[in-house]
Amino acid sequence: MVEMTPEQIEKLKAVGRMQKDKLLQMGKDFEENNAKYEATIFTCNATSCHSGGGQNVYEAFKAALETAGLTDKVRLVATGCMGLCAAGPMTRIEIKGRKPFLYKEMTADVAHLIVEQHVKPLLGKPEAELKLAPHLQEKELSMELPFFTKQRRVVLKHLGSSDPEDLGEYVANGGYQALIKCLFEMTPQQVLDEITKSGLRGRGGGGFPTGKKWELLAKAPLVDGEKFIICNGDEGDPGAYMDSCILGGGAHAVLEGMMIAAYATGATSGWFYVRAEYPLALERVELAIKQAKRAGILGKNIFGTDFSFMAELRYGAGAFVCGEETALMMSLEGNKGTPRPRPPYPTEKGLFQKPTIINNVETWANVPQIILNGADWFSSVGTETSKGTKVFALTGKVKHSGLVEVPMGTTVKEMVEEVGGGTSTGKPFKAVQTGGPSGGVIPAKELNLPLCYEELKKIGSMMGSGGMIVMDEDDSMVEIAKFYLGFTVDESCGKCAPCRLGGYQMLQLLTKVSKGEGTKADLEKIKEIGSAMQKGSLCGLGQTSPNPVLSTMKYFPEEYEALLKKDDEKKGC
Amino acid sequence: MNEENKEKVDAIIRKWNGKRGALIMALHELQGAFGYVPWDEALYLGQSLGVPMAKIYECLTFYNYFKVKAPGKYVISICDGTACHIKGSTGVLEELEKELGVPAGTTTDDGLFYIQVVRCLGCCGLAPVMVINGTTYGKMTPDKVKSVINEWRAKEGK
Repeated sequence: MVEMTPEQIEKLKAVGRMQKDKLLQMGKDFEENNAKYEATIFTCNATSCHSGGGQNVYEAFKAALETAGLTDKVRLVATGCMGLCAAGPMTRIEIKGRKPFLYKEMTADVAHLIVEQHVKPLLGKPEAELKLAPHLQEKELSMELPFFTKQRRVVLKHLGSSDPEDLGEYVANGGYQALIKCLFEMTPQQVLDEITKSGLRGRGGGGFPTGKKWELLAKAPLVDGEKFIICNGDEGDPGAYMDSCILGGGAHAVLEGMMIAAYATGATSGWFYVRAEYPLALERVELAIKQAKRAGILGKNIFGTDFSFMAELRYGAGAFVCGEETALMMSLEGNKGTPRPRPPYPTEKGLFQKPTIINNVETWANVPQIILNGADWFSSVGTETSKGTKVFALTGKVKHSGLVEVPMGTTVKEMVEEVGGGTSTGKPFKAVQTGGPSGGVIPAKELNLPLCYEELKKIGSMMGSGGMIVMDEDDSMVEIAKFYLGFTVDESCGKCAPCRLGGYQMLQLLTKVSKGEGTKADLEKIKEIGSAMQKGSLCGLGQTSPNPVLSTMKYFPEEYEALLKKDDEKKGC
Repeated sequence: MNEENKEKVDAIIRKWNGKRGALIMALHELQGAFGYVPWDEALYLGQSLGVPMAKIYECLTFYNYFKVKAPGKYVISICDGTACHIKGSTGVLEELEKELGVPAGTTTDDGLFYIQVVRCLGCCGLAPVMVINGTTYGKMTPDKVKSVINEWRAKEGK
């Protein structure tokens, strides 16, 4: 590479300074333009609502606004996830001077009715009464539901109320201002200190202190002039879709978080590794990188400073093990994704053998907020050791299934009964499963358990990335354990014996038990294998894959015993 | 490999040659262009990128996302993520296999339908979910299967 002359660098910096002003102007332009509208219609177009016909709803509103001649007065926005996926597709109407109004289970055919009966009569008339036809009234979703009021949306804050493809709107909402603050007002060490002080921990499941991880990278010297930042968007936990929605609705926030880390640690480029099964997330990350390059947010001498950074997007290819950091790096390097032993840790020898840190999508999305609002603001929420909020995908047999963000320390009871509105079947609640194939169950008797890293670990589950599956009395715990173990056996990469052989043998025994052919000795053997896998496996997949089995055996032993061979039971006592 | 296909592969090679860790992305684009990863084209890609076929085959078989055989015209994805599983995806799959007469992972004899079981499509609120060539069917039940399949059969005049 040819070295640039000081004159060339100065020229580049001058352009960068202009780009910074231009970017901030984009935010102001957006605000100015937005102020012209008297109302906004937000239609949810995240994966779940989109799949349920959200795009048709958007098109129908567009046509209805054109017919009514209201396109100058009413803004129409296709947003990221609004949260209550089970009631989707959702639409929110915001008219100046009035409280927002939510519609659930939207269909294209009622869009023009809403424009005619709701939007048009109330525009510019704050005193006018809302009169809706009965079938529209039925579609109202109260914003007073505990589902909404119990949440504290930090990461998801703008997801359901902004256009994820509009960089100007992101800037108007404070976007890239955390990065600018870092670059112009803070030293890298101050950024590190702020993140450490905030108490932010990895949201991908492990819960490793983020500041500590960054410190390690900051201390590592450049290798061939490079150090890397990776965004782990390989959300493999079946039944979890937080990262998909965060990337789909707010990719710029994730990119900004990565760039702040790069500034603090001296990293030179960033890599997004995102599941190929998430087309919307991929599209939005690609767009964000493109927009950022065009606006001079990515590149050399960013905003006229000495900081340079580039980002690239790479696809996952459907291997659960690639969520494990060393396997993910193998995949990024163009190999099959098998884990490597640690040490050496990625901060010493990571991607392409160069110092690297990997953080999860949600962790990155928290970073700009911490810089903007301060470490004290962040750590004022949560428990002693788990700070901030956590996004969960609350699914399974729960009435209000969707994407929720609650303060750390919220209890299981609050989550299931208040946020979730109880079971969808009306039958008694039996357990929730957290942590996916690496986690365990929380039985109904532990309802008062606060959701935080330590407490979940104590009872044999884990925070995981945020999947939370509610089960009622009809669900067999043995079946659930078998489902997860079947998944991890399928997904074992086969590199180390404890996981490859142990998982398979355990599944054979579990299948035997579930068919009513098992013995007490089989149950003992399952525990023995599980414990060996936890101790002997190379990576997190093998170490945690016995968890769903062991945890259900611990809390629901009677379900396993009821399936044992009858004559064995007699012999046993 | 005919000229037209060679050109498609050449375009992918031009895009990724020389970039670090390009193999997986190149294979994604190959599958995007052909619907699966055809052997001859993959071999040609490997020779141009300097990757042995053994390594390519290793990756193709390691990652679930890649298909080494051409799937049917309509790809039916049944989600068996946890939320869908709990809400009865197994019953939907069984009914589908019965209706089409082939097990998951295979294509019907007429080449029309290919069934695949996938892990979480990210719309758990609609569980159980089934997707056919990009069209999503949420809150599926076994008794809806026949009518959904018939919609697609009708497109073929069957």
